[in-house]
Amino acid sequence: MAKVLVVTSGKGGVGKTTSTAALGAALAKSGKKVVVVDFDVGLRNLDIVMGAERRVVFDMINVIQGEANLGQALIRDKRVETLSILPASQTRDKDALTSEGVAKVIAELREKFDWVICDSPAGIERGASLAMHHADVAVIVTNPEVSSVRDSDRIIGLLDSKTEMAAKGGRIEKHLLLTRFDTVRAARGDMLKTEDVLEILSIPLLGIIPESTEVLRASNLGTPVVLSNPDSAPARAYFDAARRLEGQVVPMVVPGEKRSFMTRLFGRRVA
Amino acid sequence: MSFFNFFARKPTAPIARDRLQILLAHERASFGSNSDLIALLQEEILAVIRKHVTVERDKVQVKLDRGDSFSTLEIGVEIPPGAVEKQAEIRRAAARAS
Repeated sequence: MAKVLVVTSGKGGVGKTTSTAALGAALAKSGKKVVVVDFDVGLRNLDIVMGAERRVVFDMINVIQGEANLGQALIRDKRVETLSILPASQTRDKDALTSEGVAKVIAELREKFDWVICDSPAGIERGASLAMHHADVAVIVTNPEVSSVRDSDRIIGLLDSKTEMAAKGGRIEKHLLLTRFDTVRAARGDMLKTEDVLEILSIPLLGIIPESTEVLRASNLGTPVVLSNPDSAPARAYFDAARRLEGQVVPMVVPGEKRSFMTRLFGRRVA
Repeated sequence: MSFFNFFARKPTAPIARDRLQILLAHERASFGSNSDLIALLQEEILAVIRKHVTVERDKVQVKLDRGDSFSTLEIGVEIPPGAVEKQAEIRRAAARAS
Protein backbone atom coordinates (compact mmCIF):
# COMPACT_ATOMS: atom_id res chain seq x y z
CA MET A 1 0.00 0.00 0.00
CA ALA A 2 1.48 3.30 -1.09
CA LYS A 3 2.07 5.99 1.47
CA VAL A 4 1.83 9.69 0.77
CA LEU A 5 4.19 11.73 2.92
CA VAL A 6 4.36 15.52 3.13
CA VAL A 7 7.54 17.28 4.19
CA THR A 8 6.43 20.58 5.67
CA SER A 9 7.44 23.27 8.17
CA GLY A 10 5.65 26.57 7.73
CA LYS A 11 8.92 28.47 7.91
CA GLY A 12 11.22 28.65 4.91
CA GLY A 13 14.87 27.67 4.85
CA VAL A 14 14.72 25.02 7.56
CA GLY A 15 15.61 22.13 5.26
CA LYS A 16 12.40 20.81 3.67
CA THR A 17 13.86 20.29 0.20
CA THR A 18 17.15 18.91 1.54
CA SER A 19 15.20 16.51 3.75
CA THR A 20 12.82 15.50 0.94
CA ALA A 21 15.79 14.65 -1.29
CA ALA A 22 17.67 12.82 1.47
CA LEU A 23 14.71 10.80 2.80
CA GLY A 24 13.57 10.00 -0.74
CA ALA A 25 17.02 8.76 -1.75
CA ALA A 26 17.45 6.80 1.51
CA LEU A 27 14.08 5.03 1.08
CA ALA A 28 14.83 4.34 -2.59
CA LYS A 29 18.24 2.88 -1.71
CA SER A 30 16.48 0.38 0.54
CA GLY A 31 14.70 -0.88 -2.59
CA LYS A 32 11.43 1.03 -2.26
CA LYS A 33 9.89 2.74 -5.28
CA VAL A 34 9.92 6.44 -4.42
CA VAL A 35 8.79 9.63 -6.12
CA VAL A 36 9.62 13.08 -4.75
CA VAL A 37 7.10 15.74 -5.80
CA ASP A 38 7.82 19.47 -5.82
CA PHE A 39 4.78 21.59 -4.85
CA ASP A 40 6.53 24.95 -4.97
CA VAL A 41 5.07 26.39 -8.18
CA GLY A 42 7.15 29.33 -9.40
CA LEU A 43 10.01 28.66 -6.97
CA ARG A 44 10.87 25.05 -7.66
CA ASN A 45 14.14 23.81 -6.21
CA LEU A 46 13.84 20.09 -5.70
CA ASP A 47 15.09 19.59 -9.27
CA ILE A 48 18.34 21.50 -8.65
CA VAL A 49 18.94 19.90 -5.24
CA MET A 50 18.49 16.48 -6.88
CA GLY A 51 20.71 17.42 -9.84
CA ALA A 52 17.90 17.01 -12.37
CA GLU A 53 17.45 20.68 -13.35
CA ARG A 54 18.56 20.15 -16.94
CA ARG A 55 16.33 17.14 -17.47
CA VAL A 56 12.99 18.85 -16.78
CA VAL A 57 10.76 18.71 -19.87
CA PHE A 58 7.25 18.54 -18.46
CA ASP A 59 6.01 19.33 -14.96
CA MET A 60 3.04 18.60 -12.69
CA ILE A 61 0.94 21.43 -14.14
CA ASN A 62 1.47 20.11 -17.67
CA VAL A 63 0.10 16.80 -16.41
CA ILE A 64 -2.84 18.45 -14.63
CA GLN A 65 -3.75 20.40 -17.77
CA GLY A 66 -3.44 17.36 -20.01
CA GLU A 67 -0.45 18.64 -22.00
CA ALA A 68 1.65 15.65 -20.99
CA ASN A 69 1.06 12.34 -19.29
CA LEU A 70 2.58 11.43 -15.97
CA GLY A 71 5.18 9.13 -17.51
CA GLN A 72 6.52 12.01 -19.61
CA ALA A 73 6.85 14.35 -16.64
CA LEU A 74 8.54 11.91 -14.24
CA ILE A 75 12.34 12.07 -14.23
CA ARG A 76 14.19 8.87 -13.31
CA ASP A 77 17.14 9.48 -11.01
CA LYS A 78 20.44 8.45 -12.61
CA ARG A 79 22.00 7.14 -9.39
CA VAL A 80 19.17 5.22 -7.73
CA GLU A 81 17.01 3.22 -10.09
CA THR A 82 13.85 3.24 -7.98
CA LEU A 83 13.85 7.02 -7.41
CA SER A 84 11.90 9.53 -9.55
CA ILE A 85 11.18 13.25 -9.44
CA LEU A 86 8.03 15.09 -10.43
CA PRO A 87 9.02 18.75 -10.85
CA ALA A 88 6.86 21.78 -10.20
CA SER A 89 6.23 24.39 -12.86
CA GLN A 90 8.61 27.31 -12.78
CA THR A 91 6.60 29.60 -15.06
CA ARG A 92 2.92 28.94 -14.49
CA ASP A 93 0.60 30.78 -12.22
CA LYS A 94 0.02 29.14 -8.84
CA ASP A 95 -3.73 28.93 -9.54
CA ALA A 96 -3.01 26.33 -12.19
CA LEU A 97 -2.43 23.90 -9.34
CA THR A 98 -6.04 22.83 -8.87
CA SER A 99 -7.38 20.70 -6.07
CA GLU A 100 -8.92 18.15 -8.48
CA GLY A 101 -5.76 18.08 -10.60
CA VAL A 102 -3.55 17.36 -7.60
CA ALA A 103 -5.94 14.67 -6.37
CA LYS A 104 -5.76 12.94 -9.76
CA VAL A 105 -1.95 13.09 -9.94
CA ILE A 106 -1.53 11.78 -6.38
CA ALA A 107 -3.97 8.92 -7.05
CA GLU A 108 -1.97 7.94 -10.13
CA LEU A 109 1.35 8.16 -8.24
CA ARG A 110 -0.06 5.92 -5.49
CA GLU A 111 -0.48 3.18 -8.10
CA LYS A 112 3.12 3.38 -9.31
CA PHE A 113 5.15 3.96 -6.14
CA ASP A 114 5.59 2.77 -2.54
CA TRP A 115 6.32 6.28 -1.26
CA VAL A 116 5.02 9.57 -2.66
CA ILE A 117 6.99 12.34 -0.91
CA CYS A 118 5.54 15.83 -1.32
CA ASP A 119 7.94 18.72 -0.80
CA SER A 120 5.77 21.57 0.52
CA PRO A 121 6.46 25.23 -0.16
CA ALA A 122 6.97 27.47 2.86
CA GLY A 123 3.97 29.31 4.25
CA ILE A 124 0.37 28.25 4.77
CA GLU A 125 -1.06 29.29 1.41
CA ARG A 126 -2.55 27.22 -1.40
CA GLY A 127 0.63 25.33 -2.39
CA ALA A 128 1.34 24.27 1.19
CA SER A 129 -2.23 23.19 1.88
CA LEU A 130 -2.42 21.21 -1.39
CA ALA A 131 0.90 19.51 -0.59
CA MET A 132 -0.44 18.28 2.76
CA HIS A 133 -4.02 17.62 1.66
CA HIS A 134 -3.66 13.98 0.57
CA ALA A 135 -0.95 12.96 3.04
CA ASP A 136 -1.09 9.87 5.24
CA VAL A 137 2.12 10.85 7.01
CA ALA A 138 3.70 14.25 7.73
CA VAL A 139 7.31 15.05 8.50
CA ILE A 140 7.56 18.43 10.19
CA VAL A 141 11.02 19.89 9.66
CA THR A 142 12.01 22.14 12.55
CA ASN A 143 15.15 24.03 13.54
CA PRO A 144 15.84 24.40 17.28
CA GLU A 145 14.95 28.06 17.14
CA VAL A 146 11.86 30.04 18.28
CA SER A 147 10.43 31.14 14.92
CA SER A 148 10.73 27.68 13.41
CA VAL A 149 9.11 25.97 16.43
CA ARG A 150 6.24 28.47 16.42
CA ASP A 151 5.56 27.93 12.72
CA SER A 152 5.74 24.15 13.16
CA ASP A 153 3.09 24.38 15.85
CA ARG A 154 0.83 26.25 13.45
CA ILE A 155 1.42 23.65 10.73
CA ILE A 156 0.58 20.81 13.14
CA GLY A 157 -2.74 22.56 13.80
CA LEU A 158 -3.44 22.71 10.06
CA LEU A 159 -2.47 19.05 9.55
CA ASP A 160 -5.02 18.12 12.20
CA SER A 161 -7.81 20.22 10.76
CA LYS A 162 -7.39 20.96 7.06
CA THR A 163 -6.30 17.68 5.46
CA GLU A 164 -8.38 15.01 3.75
CA MET A 165 -7.50 12.65 6.61
CA ALA A 166 -8.82 15.15 9.18
CA ALA A 167 -12.01 15.70 7.17
CA LYS A 168 -12.65 11.94 7.29
CA GLY A 169 -12.23 12.02 11.06
CA GLY A 170 -8.83 10.31 10.92
CA ARG A 171 -5.59 11.50 12.38
CA ILE A 172 -2.57 12.14 10.21
CA GLU A 173 0.63 10.43 11.41
CA LYS A 174 3.05 13.20 12.37
CA HIS A 175 6.81 13.07 12.91
CA LEU A 176 9.28 15.73 13.96
CA LEU A 177 12.57 16.01 12.09
CA LEU A 178 14.90 18.31 13.99
CA THR A 179 17.45 19.76 11.59
CA ARG A 180 20.58 21.92 11.90
CA PHE A 181 21.00 20.63 15.44
CA ASP A 182 24.23 21.46 17.27
CA THR A 183 24.90 19.10 20.19
CA VAL A 184 27.56 21.35 21.70
CA ARG A 185 25.46 24.54 21.65
CA ALA A 186 22.41 22.71 23.02
CA ALA A 187 24.50 21.26 25.87
CA ARG A 188 25.83 24.74 26.61
CA GLY A 189 22.26 26.06 26.91
CA ASP A 190 22.41 28.32 23.87
CA MET A 191 20.14 26.21 21.68
CA LEU A 192 16.77 24.61 22.45
CA LYS A 193 17.30 21.00 23.48
CA THR A 194 15.59 18.12 21.71
CA GLU A 195 13.44 17.53 24.82
CA ASP A 196 12.35 21.20 24.84
CA VAL A 197 11.13 21.05 21.24
CA LEU A 198 9.43 17.68 21.79
CA GLU A 199 7.69 18.93 24.91
CA ILE A 200 6.41 22.03 23.15
CA LEU A 201 5.24 20.35 19.95
CA SER A 202 4.08 17.01 21.46
CA ILE A 203 4.75 14.88 18.40
CA PRO A 204 7.09 11.87 18.10
CA LEU A 205 10.67 12.37 16.97
CA LEU A 206 11.72 10.95 13.61
CA GLY A 207 15.34 12.02 13.73
CA ILE A 208 17.92 14.64 14.59
CA ILE A 209 20.02 15.92 11.71
CA PRO A 210 23.22 17.57 12.94
CA GLU A 211 24.35 20.89 11.49
CA SER A 212 26.99 19.95 8.93
CA THR A 213 29.01 21.35 6.06
CA GLU A 214 28.14 18.15 4.15
CA VAL A 215 24.59 19.41 3.54
CA LEU A 216 25.75 22.45 1.56
CA ARG A 217 28.37 20.37 -0.26
CA ALA A 218 25.63 17.94 -1.30
CA SER A 219 23.38 20.67 -2.69
CA ASN A 220 26.35 22.23 -4.51
CA LEU A 221 26.78 18.88 -6.26
CA GLY A 222 23.06 18.31 -6.86
CA THR A 223 23.21 15.02 -4.99
CA PRO A 224 21.17 14.08 -1.90
CA VAL A 225 23.52 13.94 1.08
CA VAL A 226 22.82 10.23 1.61
CA LEU A 227 24.35 9.58 -1.82
CA SER A 228 27.12 12.21 -1.90
CA ASN A 229 28.65 11.12 1.40
CA PRO A 230 26.75 8.17 2.92
CA ASP A 231 29.13 7.94 5.90
CA SER A 232 28.75 11.58 6.92
CA ALA A 233 26.87 12.49 10.09
CA PRO A 234 23.77 14.00 8.39
CA ALA A 235 23.58 11.09 5.93
CA ARG A 236 23.59 8.54 8.75
CA ALA A 237 20.91 10.54 10.55
CA TYR A 238 18.74 10.56 7.40
CA PHE A 239 19.23 6.81 6.88
CA ASP A 240 18.07 6.23 10.47
CA ALA A 241 15.05 8.50 9.96
CA ALA A 242 14.11 6.64 6.75
CA ARG A 243 14.28 3.30 8.63
CA ARG A 244 11.98 4.71 11.30
CA LEU A 245 9.51 5.77 8.57
CA GLU A 246 9.52 2.14 7.47
CA GLY A 247 8.52 1.17 10.99
CA GLN A 248 11.91 -0.06 12.22
CA VAL A 249 13.04 0.72 15.75
CA VAL A 250 16.38 2.51 15.59
CA PRO A 251 18.07 3.98 18.71
CA MET A 252 17.92 7.79 18.67
CA VAL A 253 21.43 9.22 18.45
CA VAL A 254 22.91 12.36 16.95
CA PRO A 255 25.63 11.03 14.69
CA GLY A 256 28.91 12.86 15.20
CA GLU A 257 31.13 14.02 12.36
CA LYS A 258 34.21 12.70 14.14
CA ARG A 259 34.56 11.24 17.58
CA SER A 260 36.00 14.52 18.79
CA PHE A 261 36.64 15.50 22.37
CA MET A 262 33.42 17.54 22.38
CA THR A 263 31.14 14.77 21.11
CA ARG A 264 32.64 12.31 23.58
CA LEU A 265 32.22 14.85 26.34
CA PHE A 266 28.57 15.61 25.64
CA GLY A 267 27.59 12.11 24.67
CA ARG A 268 25.72 10.96 21.61
CA ARG A 269 22.50 9.73 23.13
CA VAL A 270 19.96 12.48 23.44
CA ALA A 271 16.48 11.04 23.54
CA MET B 1 33.95 39.92 25.20
CA SER B 2 36.44 39.22 27.93
CA PHE B 3 37.38 35.82 29.26
CA PHE B 4 35.26 36.38 32.38
CA ASN B 5 32.20 37.57 30.46
CA PHE B 6 32.18 34.32 28.54
CA PHE B 7 31.72 32.30 31.70
CA ALA B 8 29.22 34.74 33.22
CA ARG B 9 26.94 34.41 30.18
CA LYS B 10 23.56 32.93 31.08
CA PRO B 11 22.11 30.13 28.96
CA THR B 12 19.40 31.54 26.66
CA ALA B 13 17.64 28.31 25.65
CA PRO B 14 15.43 28.14 28.79
CA ILE B 15 14.17 31.67 28.01
CA ALA B 16 13.33 30.59 24.46
CA ARG B 17 11.47 27.54 25.78
CA ASP B 18 9.42 29.57 28.29
CA ARG B 19 8.53 32.25 25.75
CA LEU B 20 7.38 29.62 23.28
CA GLN B 21 5.28 27.78 25.84
CA ILE B 22 3.43 30.94 26.84
CA LEU B 23 2.94 32.18 23.29
CA LEU B 24 1.79 28.84 21.87
CA ALA B 25 -0.70 28.22 24.67
CA HIS B 26 -2.30 31.50 23.63
CA GLU B 27 -2.07 30.92 19.87
CA ARG B 28 -3.49 27.40 20.05
CA ALA B 29 -6.54 28.79 21.83
CA SER B 30 -7.08 31.60 19.34
CA PHE B 31 -6.47 29.89 15.99
CA GLY B 32 -5.57 26.32 16.63
CA SER B 33 -7.43 23.42 15.11
CA ASN B 34 -9.87 23.60 18.02
CA SER B 35 -10.61 27.31 17.84
CA ASP B 36 -14.20 26.72 16.66
CA LEU B 37 -14.84 24.30 19.49
CA ILE B 38 -13.36 26.69 22.04
CA ALA B 39 -15.44 29.63 20.81
CA LEU B 40 -18.60 27.48 21.00
CA LEU B 41 -17.79 26.21 24.48
CA GLN B 42 -17.11 29.73 25.67
CA GLU B 43 -20.48 30.99 24.37
CA GLU B 44 -22.47 28.12 25.85
CA ILE B 45 -20.72 28.21 29.22
CA LEU B 46 -21.27 31.96 29.34
CA ALA B 47 -24.99 31.49 28.58
CA VAL B 48 -25.40 28.92 31.37
CA ILE B 49 -23.64 31.09 33.94
CA ARG B 50 -25.56 34.20 32.91
CA LYS B 51 -28.83 32.49 33.77
CA HIS B 52 -27.77 32.75 37.40
CA VAL B 53 -24.97 35.29 37.74
CA THR B 54 -24.06 38.39 35.74
CA VAL B 55 -20.56 37.95 34.28
CA GLU B 56 -18.57 39.77 31.62
CA ARG B 57 -17.76 37.88 28.43
CA ASP B 58 -13.99 38.16 28.90
CA LYS B 59 -14.21 36.72 32.43
CA VAL B 60 -14.92 33.26 31.01
CA GLN B 61 -11.64 31.69 29.86
CA VAL B 62 -11.56 28.41 27.97
CA LYS B 63 -8.22 26.80 27.20
CA LEU B 64 -7.42 23.51 25.50
CA ASP B 65 -3.95 22.01 26.04
CA ARG B 66 -2.76 19.42 23.57
CA GLY B 67 -0.95 16.47 25.12
CA ASP B 68 0.62 13.21 23.95
CA SER B 69 -2.12 10.82 24.99
CA PHE B 70 -4.85 13.21 26.07
CA SER B 71 -5.68 16.90 26.05
CA THR B 72 -6.98 18.92 28.96
CA LEU B 73 -9.77 21.47 28.93
CA GLU B 74 -9.34 24.28 31.39
CA ILE B 75 -12.28 26.53 32.21
CA GLY B 76 -11.87 29.60 34.38
CA VAL B 77 -14.78 31.86 35.35
CA GLU B 78 -14.17 35.03 37.29
CA ILE B 79 -17.25 36.16 39.20
CA PRO B 80 -17.46 39.78 40.42
CA PRO B 81 -17.51 40.24 44.24
CA GLY B 82 -20.99 40.06 45.79
CA ALA B 83 -22.63 38.70 42.63
CA VAL B 84 -23.45 35.32 44.13
CA GLU B 85 -24.97 36.85 47.27
CA LYS B 86 -26.98 39.34 45.26
CA GLN B 87 -28.32 36.60 43.03
CA ALA B 88 -29.34 34.49 46.04
CA GLU B 89 -31.22 37.45 47.48
CA ILE B 90 -33.12 38.00 44.23
CA ARG B 91 -34.06 34.34 44.16
CA ARG B 92 -35.29 34.44 47.77
CA ALA B 93 -37.36 37.54 47.01
CA ALA B 94 -38.89 35.81 44.00
CA ALA B 95 -39.77 32.78 46.10
CA ARG B 96 -41.48 34.96 48.74
CA ALA B 97 -43.50 36.76 46.10
CA SER B 98 -44.89 33.56 44.65
